[in-house]
Amino acid sequence: MKKYVIWAGMTLGLLTGGAPAVFADNGPQLLTPHYTYNAKTIISGARLFATNCMACHSIKFMRYEFLTNDLGMSKTDVHKYIMLPTGSAFKNNMTSAMPTDMAHKWFGLPPPDLSQIVRYKSQDWIYTYLLSFYRDPKRPSGWNNHLFPNVAMPDVLAPYGGIVNERGQVLRAGDEPPPKFKEQVTDIVAFLRFVSDPSVVQRHDDGPWVLGLLVFFTIAAYFLKKEYWKEVK
Amino acid sequence: MSFKDWFVKRSPLPEMWREHMAEYYAPKNFNIFYYAGSLLLLMVVLQFLSGFLVLAHYIPTARGAYDSVYGIMYDVHYGWLMQYMHVDGVSLIFVLLYVHMARGMLYGSYRSPREIVWIVGYTTYLAFMAEAFFGYVLPYSNLSYWAGTVITSLFKSIPFIGGWVTTLVRGGPGMSGDTLNRFMALHVTLVFMIIVGLIVLHILYLHKVGSNNPDGIEIKASKGPDGHPVDGIPFHPYYSVKDLFGFGVWLIIFGAIIFYAPTFHHIFLERTMSTPANPLKSLPDVTPPWYLSPFYAMLRSIPNKNAGIILMVVAVLFPFVLPWLDRNPVKSTRYRPITRIMLLIFFINFFVLAYLGEQPPLPKYFFAERLGAFIYVAFFVLLPFVSKFEPTRAPPARVRFRAH
Repeated sequence: MKKYVIWAGMTLGLLTGGAPAVFADNGPQLLTPHYTYNAKTIISGARLFATNCMACHSIKFMRYEFLTNDLGMSKTDVHKYIMLPTGSAFKNNMTSAMPTDMAHKWFGLPPPDLSQIVRYKSQDWIYTYLLSFYRDPKRPSGWNNHLFPNVAMPDVLAPYGGIVNERGQVLRAGDEPPPKFKEQVTDIVAFLRFVSDPSVVQRHDDGPWVLGLLVFFTIAAYFLKKEYWKEVK
Repeated sequence: MSFKDWFVKRSPLPEMWREHMAEYYAPKNFNIFYYAGSLLLLMVVLQFLSGFLVLAHYIPTARGAYDSVYGIMYDVHYGWLMQYMHVDGVSLIFVLLYVHMARGMLYGSYRSPREIVWIVGYTTYLAFMAEAFFGYVLPYSNLSYWAGTVITSLFKSIPFIGGWVTTLVRGGPGMSGDTLNRFMALHVTLVFMIIVGLIVLHILYLHKVGSNNPDGIEIKASKGPDGHPVDGIPFHPYYSVKDLFGFGVWLIIFGAIIFYAPTFHHIFLERTMSTPANPLKSLPDVTPPWYLSPFYAMLRSIPNKNAGIILMVVAVLFPFVLPWLDRNPVKSTRYRPITRIMLLIFFINFFVLAYLGEQPPLPKYFFAERLGAFIYVAFFVLLPFVSKFEPTRAPPARVRFRAH
């Protein structure tokens, strides 16, 4: 037994303290959003996303019905706050109404689909990105971003968060006080995290049952093994 | 005549059952590392099941592959379960493969008379590498696209026919739907069948010569009056019930990963797997999955492509000759402290190489990568001399075992 503890300790030490600590991280410094990941934050993020992002960005793997089935949003709320007047059916995918050829013309590239953006870029990246816009008269859109220089996207959230210049001086205050604005951005991040893996609801529902059953099986198997191995001297 | 007699007279199964289960005598002192073998068998069966289910929804075309894979995740009932089982299962198979091989190296399981068991087993590991590679090209994410491009370009280094072979492997000048078609054929039929065949051979060759044990001594050397080894116990029921317990513990770990950490901090499911293939947007640095990255780190440690490939191929092929590099009469490193220390350094070095292989190609890692490659090769080069001259302790005549 002592031996196994030493082995486990060595492996753990290696994985946590050893090699990774020797080298510093390579990427840019990112901010971390702090929030509780629950239906309330996700739904509030969904509403902000539908009002501010979905005009351009699709989340094509998501369906409107996931919001009611998985998050418990009421059907009327989805119709009222989320569904844009695109004539979409409730079971359809959540796609933007912007025609792709027009998007090409306006932005050079169509705005990316955001279904997997949290998986691809990480929550911290999205959060930092949304808070890193500044006014830049040299850009065609009038906007630039510290994390993603020369990005084609304008600061859509400026009415809430206000406008800053490159050095961070406030040019115009937003409608929301800064802490409230950060909370809104965090909600959007929470929603996009849900979008990137809606199975989280079912996984966390089923997980305890499956693991509980397996623990029960393992205990039974342990005593069976003990019974048989009594004879081995 | 009862039905049982009628059946037994015509069936090879009872005899096979006796030979490989009920009357296969295995040493009684197996420790925790010996669970890995049976767990690998379990995992291959689970991969087959989950693979069968995802295959039923997969479309192998450049246009449809990525969307069909995410269609499984979002729209198919319990599609996420099939998908995560298949994705996380790969990484767990490699965890087990490394534990299984490390155990073989620690206790001298590759030594005479088990050289063929080792060689067949190591070939299975290489087949798993190929299977994993073909598998992660199939979703046609951007990682799939660029990893596929990089790995297939390795064939270009073959003298004279390299270009032709690369085109043959890709099914065209670059990655395309044709590549997906042939990779799917390889992934689900040829390579998978090779793996199954090799596993069968591995077990048959093992059962011919008998299992090794942590003490590295032959249990067949001391037989009881009944002709069976005194330190051996029938595989069934003793090890079958023990492995049942192992299955339970392992499935709890597997389940916990699937239900609560399916991407495992993006080690088991890389971030670049979540964006579709784009020939115009190359990844800043294509790193292989963690289980291949030690070899990738070695490949990269030499700034010349062909020399790097030669080093990687040598590193991959070295374990084949391991049975003949070790020249000490004592098998288990329990009684060979110097070899044991060398092995531990080798294992730690392998972990470090895996970590380095995942990092972007920055100059600050070059020295560590070269040192790692040097230690890896040095182990195999030094082993024949160290094993010849190292001081050893005398192994016991009978296996060490405490009843539990």
